[in-house]
Amino acid sequence: MKILVPLKRVCDPDNANKVKVSGDGKAVTSEGLEWKPNPFDEYAVEAALRLNENAAKNEKLGEIVVCSIGVADVAQTIRQALAMGADRGILVTADDGALESTVVARALKALVEKEKPDLVLMGKQTVDGDSNAVGQMLAEMLGWPMATFVASISTSDGGKSLNVKREVDMGVVTLKVTTPAVVTVDLRIVSPEAVKNGATPDSHKYNEGPRYASLKGIMQAKKKKIDQLELPALGSDATPATTYPRFELPPARSGSCTFVESVDALVDKLKNQAKAF
Amino acid sequence: MRDFAEQEIAPVIQALDQNEEFSIPIVNKMGQIGLFGITAPPEYGGAGMDYLAYCIAVEEIARIDVGHAITVAAGNSLGIMPIVSFGNESQKQQWLPRLCKGEILASFALTEPDAGSDAGASHTNARLKDGRWVINGSKLFITNSTSSIAGLCIVQLVTGNRSSRNKEISCILVPNGTPGFIAKKMSGKMVWRSSDTGELFFDNCEVPEANLLGKRGEGFHQMLHTLDGGRLAIAATSLGGSQGAFELALRYAKERRQFGRPISTFQAISFKLADMATGIEAGRALLYKACRLKDNGRPFEKQSAMAKLFCSELMGRVVDQAVQIFGGYGLLREYQIERFYRDYKALTIGEGTSEIQRIVISRKIGCFDV
Ligand SMILES: Cc1cc2nc3c(=O)[nH]c(=O)nc-3n(C[C@H](O)[C@H](O)[C@H](O)COP(=O)(O)OP(=O)(O)OC[C@H]3O[C@@H](n4cnc5c(N)ncnc54)[C@H](O)[C@@H]3O)c2cc1C
Repeated sequence: MKILVPLKRVCDPDNANKVKVSGDGKAVTSEGLEWKPNPFDEYAVEAALRLNENAAKNEKLGEIVVCSIGVADVAQTIRQALAMGADRGILVTADDGALESTVVARALKALVEKEKPDLVLMGKQTVDGDSNAVGQMLAEMLGWPMATFVASISTSDGGKSLNVKREVDMGVVTLKVTTPAVVTVDLRIVSPEAVKNGATPDSHKYNEGPRYASLKGIMQAKKKKIDQLELPALGSDATPATTYPRFELPPARSGSCTFVESVDALVDKLKNQAKAF
Repeated sequence: MRDFAEQEIAPVIQALDQNEEFSIPIVNKMGQIGLFGITAPPEYGGAGMDYLAYCIAVEEIARIDVGHAITVAAGNSLGIMPIVSFGNESQKQQWLPRLCKGEILASFALTEPDAGSDAGASHTNARLKDGRWVINGSKLFITNSTSSIAGLCIVQLVTGNRSSRNKEISCILVPNGTPGFIAKKMSGKMVWRSSDTGELFFDNCEVPEANLLGKRGEGFHQMLHTLDGGRLAIAATSLGGSQGAFELALRYAKERRQFGRPISTFQAISFKLADMATGIEAGRALLYKACRLKDNGRPFEKQSAMAKLFCSELMGRVVDQAVQIFGGYGLLREYQIERFYRDYKALTIGEGTSEIQRIVISRKIGCFDV
């Protein structure tokens, strides 16, 4: 199976430097931030690797192309996915400020038409904007079947369909989608037995979480190809559907903490002091 | 590498340290991500990276735990590299692929009860009899030598006498499990409690003549060569340990409030942290320079000894000041810093004490050419 995995970098929430808003409130500034791959996108890379390998025999079964739309530095994020085991990268350069969900979805559509993957596997959302929109928009634009918030995948019909479980508020929805399709993944897709591809023995248990890039993987990634092109070269419409008139930071939390002796005292404080109910 | 250390080692290190336990599951995982054979050639299963990359990897592990960094440093510098540098083709084929996967570990046995810094004073010997080496004697303080995955020991042995005062020294490969070879775990260590240290006994232990590493009589030279490279990894361990201790102290100093403000805003504390950060930058510059010299095939022995000396002693100053910043809490296990405080101490002793490094450096700068 040929799988396209879109990747985005996000600022590392654990880093001491936080996002700031520019003086005029027109933009979010990213100076001094540390970057890491969006966690859900890393899960998508891991799920793609699991779908396209025989883990028992250490064999590859298909091609995984990772792509990203963003500034030139994003090549580093793509390189990390190549070190995990993806085969090839595509970097579409664009100014971060010019990107919003619609522009990204249109660009991805153009890439899908070029690459013709059997599956677009992506994170359910990014942890910066939290829009949770690109996967759905892309499926709609392509007219492809879609499954979102997927926590497990098993292939059937020789890889032509995917049986997926989606985690939603009411519980778990089981769906069968035929490929080509767009699938967005949730956290539990990287649990030890979440992906079954018919090649790796069903009894195989993966380590929890996305795999670490091995040192050999890092060496090999240096030789893998990353095609680079500019956004206009894709020919997709780059006019944003949403614009952001103004940004402001949430008010700082006052951060006081008091200890109470009993449940009754807590209820009393919630009711009379915090006026919570 | 940082994610690996934070996610796989950090959560269990306190228990491993407390129980003085060597974790085979972690070693297996370290093997999976390629931490063994980092500088070994890819045709034998190595990653084929340079010493700079190797040292950065070791640094990242040591930032979380010095003991595991030592398992990696000894596994690579002392276990794998002697075979890469001096082994013949069949020895490389036989041992390197499994060593590079981390399935088994090799150790390097030099130190004896009466031969520490004076490594040439070893007594443990091998005599050639009917095409086999017969080995007798003992070694101690040998890293990676006793666990169930310890597969091979590279033993430095006296194989003859050139003259009454000049011994012929050679290295011989002795697989763990060979009859007459007993490896016993040394317990009760103050330092590196998650690393495996052993005492070895050879009692008429026999191995084939072909287990000789390189040429007969070159053991001393092989050992010096091995330690020149090994010192870089010990320096990296010390640097990573310093970094880890510094980060713990900085975070604590910003959180701990006394006299109504974070203690990091007292000049007495902030200057300690500034000194730590400065020392770490200096140590890193020195170590990376030594690595670059080695990676470019230039003489690096002086800088390697300097980096080992400087970084290990740096860590001593850093952990001392770090515990000071933690106050009484720094003495409690759960605050982690006390482990760094203990672990530093073997770094100024193993692979050549600070005194021996100063001897090496003073020779290199010509003090004795008079
Ligand atoms: C945890 C641990 C792991 C180890 N792992 C290994 C291993 O894998 N393989 C291995 O072979 N060894 C290993 N060692 C042994 C280590 O290399 C020796 O401890 C070290 O070389 C010092 O030898 P020693 O302990 O006998 O001290 P000694 O040589 O007895 O030294 C005692 C003191 O005298 C000083 N001294 C000695 N000679 C001189 C001199 N000429 N001038 C000035 N001062 C001098 C020393 O610097 C030191 O301060 C390990 C040690 C430890 C603690």
